[in-house]
Amino acid sequence: MGKVTFRIWRGDKSGGSFNDYQAEVSEGMVVLDAVHQIQATQAPDLACRWNCKAGKCGSCSAEVNGKPRLMCMTRMDTLPHDQPVLIQPMKAFPIIRDLVTDVSWNYRVNKKIPPFKPRPPDAPDGTWRMGQEEVDRIQEFRKCIECFLCQNVCHVLRDHRRFGQTDTDGNLTSGKGPSEAELFGGPRFMIRVASLEMHPLDTVNRLPLLQKELNIGLCNITKCCTEVCPEHIHITDNGIIPLKERVVDEFYDPLMWAARKVGEALGIRRRKSLPIVKP
Amino acid sequence: MNIQTHEHDVIVIGAGGAGLRAAIEASAGGVSVGLVCKSLLGKAHTVMAEGGIAAALANVDERDNWKVHFADTMRGGQYVNNWRMAQIHAQEAPARVRELEAWGAVFDRTPDGRILQRNFGGHRYPRLAHVGDRTGLEMIRTLQDHGIHQGMAVYMECTIISLLKDGERVVGALGYYRENGRFVVFHAKAVVLATGGVGKAYKITSNSWEYTGDGHALAYHAGAELQDMEFVQFHPTGMVWPPSVRGILVTEGVRGEGGILVNSEGRRFMFDDIPENYRNQTAKDEEEGFRYCLGDKNANRPPELLTRDHVARCIRREVKEGRGSPHGGVFLDVSWMTKPGAFNNFKDPEFVRARIKDPVEHIKKKLPSMYHQFKELGGLDITKEPMEVGPTTHYIMGGIRVDAETQMSRVPGLFACGECACGINGANRLGGNSLSDLLVFGKRAGEFAAKYAKERSAGRINPQQVEQEMRSALAFLDSPLGQENPFQVQYDLQNVMQDLVGIVRTEGEMVKALERIEELKERAKRASAPGNREYNPGWHTCLDLRNLLTVSEAITRAAIERRESRGAQFREDYPEKKAEFGNRNTIISKGPNGEMQFRWEPIPEMPAELKRIIEEMK
Repeated sequence: MGKVTFRIWRGDKSGGSFNDYQAEVSEGMVVLDAVHQIQATQAPDLACRWNCKAGKCGSCSAEVNGKPRLMCMTRMDTLPHDQPVLIQPMKAFPIIRDLVTDVSWNYRVNKKIPPFKPRPPDAPDGTWRMGQEEVDRIQEFRKCIECFLCQNVCHVLRDHRRFGQTDTDGNLTSGKGPSEAELFGGPRFMIRVASLEMHPLDTVNRLPLLQKELNIGLCNITKCCTEVCPEHIHITDNGIIPLKERVVDEFYDPLMWAARKVGEALGIRRRKSLPIVKP
Repeated sequence: MNIQTHEHDVIVIGAGGAGLRAAIEASAGGVSVGLVCKSLLGKAHTVMAEGGIAAALANVDERDNWKVHFADTMRGGQYVNNWRMAQIHAQEAPARVRELEAWGAVFDRTPDGRILQRNFGGHRYPRLAHVGDRTGLEMIRTLQDHGIHQGMAVYMECTIISLLKDGERVVGALGYYRENGRFVVFHAKAVVLATGGVGKAYKITSNSWEYTGDGHALAYHAGAELQDMEFVQFHPTGMVWPPSVRGILVTEGVRGEGGILVNSEGRRFMFDDIPENYRNQTAKDEEEGFRYCLGDKNANRPPELLTRDHVARCIRREVKEGRGSPHGGVFLDVSWMTKPGAFNNFKDPEFVRARIKDPVEHIKKKLPSMYHQFKELGGLDITKEPMEVGPTTHYIMGGIRVDAETQMSRVPGLFACGECACGINGANRLGGNSLSDLLVFGKRAGEFAAKYAKERSAGRINPQQVEQEMRSALAFLDSPLGQENPFQVQYDLQNVMQDLVGIVRTEGEMVKALERIEELKERAKRASAPGNREYNPGWHTCLDLRNLLTVSEAITRAAIERRESRGAQFREDYPEKKAEFGNRNTIISKGPNGEMQFRWEPIPEMPAELKRIIEEMK
C-alpha cells in the first residue's frame, strides 16, 4: 500500500512541535503499528502508551486526524493516505511526553467513589440471586476499558477545565484551575457510579456524591462522550440521564421529598434500583 | 544514597489479577502494602482474559465438585503438576469466585439467578464463571475498585529492574518510573512477584508488551529456581490475518459455544485424531458435540474442546500438510449455525431450535468482543463467514518454583503467584484455570507474605548493590559501547524463539537457538537508546531485553533436557511420551559463576486419596 507520512506531536510540558515520519503501510495495519514501526526504526524515544493492542486495555488513546481514538483500533485503510496522518496526545490532560498524557487525576476521582457494599446474602451458602435481565443494564457500563477518551472530549472538562491539575508526583496543585468543590467527575465516573447505583445488590446511596462532589448537574447532555466510546456504551442515555433524574428526585422534587418523609415515618425501605429499561 | 525510598512491609510487583489479589490479602493481614504496576493500574494483561474463571461451583451441572476439577487439571497437565497446588486450587477456587461477587463483580446468570458457567476445553462439566467474553476485564476492575480502598499504596508505570538482598533474604526492589526515569527503592520485609508471562520472547503472541519475563528473571538472579520452563502454551486459536493483528487471541469460548475447526477441504479435522485418554469424554458425532455446547448433560464435548496443546498441534498438522487457509491457518466457524437448514441433518433438530431462536443474535450475545474484534480489525462478520486462526504463544506453565501452601520461593521473603509461578498447570494449562490460579494463589501469596513480614524486622538495603544496578541501567542511554538498536535485537530474539523453540522442537534446532541467544546477549549489552530518561521506550526495551534473554535461555535449556513429548512440549525427535519423564520436573537456577544450571527434581509421591480420585475420574 506504500509509504504514508505521519505527522506526530513530539514534546513535553514545556512545549513541542509536529515531526514528520514516513512509514510503510500494509494491509490491515492500524495506526499503532505505524507508531511502533517509527519507534523501532527512526525514533526509539518516541513516547507512546500501549498494552494489549487489541482494544481491551484502553491505553493507547490519542487524537488521530483530530478525532479521539484508540490507536490500536484505528485501521489505516479508514484514513486518507495522500495527506499526512496527524497524531496528537489527548488534549484535555497534561502532557508527559509526546503521545503520553498524565491521566492520574482520573484515578483520584475514582477513589472518591464509595465502594460496592452488597445487601446480606440471599442464600444460606452466602451467595446472591440476580436475574440476567437485572444485570444486563450494568454489564453495559462495566464494559468500560478506562481509555478516558470520554473524559478527553467532555467539554465540561476540556473547555471549562473542571478537573484538577497535577504536579509530577500526581498531587493536586493549588492556585490553578477550579477548587476541588467545583470539579466535574466526567462521563467515565458517571457511568462508574451508575454501575454501582443500578447494581441490584448494592446498598450505598451515592446521590449526594453525584450532586455535590462529582457535580453531575454540570453535564448538559451533548453526548460527545457517547460518540467517542470505543465500547459503544450509551454513556449519556443509559448512564448520566437516569442518574440526573435520581439526583433531581432526591434533592429537588418536593413531592418526592414529602413521599420520602412519609415513607421514612412508616419505616418503608427505599427501593434502590429503578425498573429495567431496555436500551 | 540520594534516591526516593518507600518503606513497606510487603511489596507486590505486578498489578494484574494475582498481584491485586495478593495486595488485597496482604492489606487484610494488617501490614503496609505497596503495589507496583509496570503500566497504569487496571491495564495489566489480565484484562485480555476472555473465557472465564474455572471453579467447581456446580451451578450448571450439579455433578461437578473439586475432585472432578482436580482430576481434569492433572489430566490436562499430564501429571507433572504439583498435585498439592492442583488440589488447593480446585478446592479454593469456588470461594474466590464468590468473593469476587461480594466485591461487586457481575457475572452472567443462570435462569435461577446464580453465577452461570460455561464449557471449556478439558473441563468435564460447564465450569467457567464468565461475563460474555470479557471476564478478565470484569475481574481486574472488581479487584482494582475493591483494592484501592484497602489502604495499599499504588505506584503506577514503575518498572522493577532488580531485587535487593540482605544476605540470603530479599529485602526490597529497585525500579524506575517510566514518566521521568527516576529510580526508586522499595524497602520491604517481603516481596511478592506477580509479573505474568514471557510471551514477548516470541514473534507471534497474544501477550501484551509487558510480558517480558520480568518476575522470572528477577527471581532467577536473586537465587530462586525456575521450574518446567519448557512448557510454553501455544493457544490454538490466534488471529492470522491481517498481518498486524497476527497472534491476537480468539477465545476458546468460540469453540465452547459451538465453533468448529475446518480445513481448506471443508473437513472437520478434529474428529480425525482423538487421544486415547480423552476418547470416553469426546462426542461421537457433530450433533452430540453441539448438544454438549448447548448444555445437554448426556452429551460429550466436541473434539474442538480437547486440550490446547493437542488442538494447536492438529492445526499445525493441517497447515503443514497443505490443507490450511489462505493465510496459513485453518477456519474457525460459528457462522455455520446461521445458515439455512444448519440443523436439518440432526436427529433432533428441535433440541437446538428450542435453545437458539436467532443464531445471529445468539453469537453476538455470547461472543460480543469476538464479533467486535473481527469486525474492526479483520473486516469480517463472524456470524456470516468463518474466521482464520492459527496457534499463538499464550502462556507459560513454567515459572518460579514455590511452596504449594505459602507460595514462597527458596529465597527467604520472596513469594510468587500467578503466571510467573509454577506448579498447578503441569505440562499444559486448561483454559479458565489461570484466572482461578491468580485468585487462589494470589490470596495465599498475600496472606503468607504478610505473615512473614509481621514476624520479622526489616533487612538492610545494600547501597552498593543499588548503585551498581543503577549504573548498569543508565549505561544503555547513548551507550558509547555500540549502536545496537534494542528493538532490532528483540525482533531477532523473537524470530529465534519462534522458529527454533516453537510449537515443534528438535535438539538440533534448540542447540542452534542457544548459540543464537549467546550472540544476542552480546548484542544486547551493546544496545543503545538515544534521548533522555523521560518516558523513553528505546531505553525501556534495552532493560526488558535482559529479562527476555534470560527466560529464552531457560526455556531452551529445559526443553532440550526433556527428551520426550508431553503436553505443550512436542519434540519431533522424541515424539512419544515417556514414563521416566512423568515423575520429574526440570529445574533451572543460577550457578556460582553466573552460568545457567540444570537439574531434575523428582515429583513427590501423591497421597493415596488423590490417586484414588484420579483413578475414579478416568
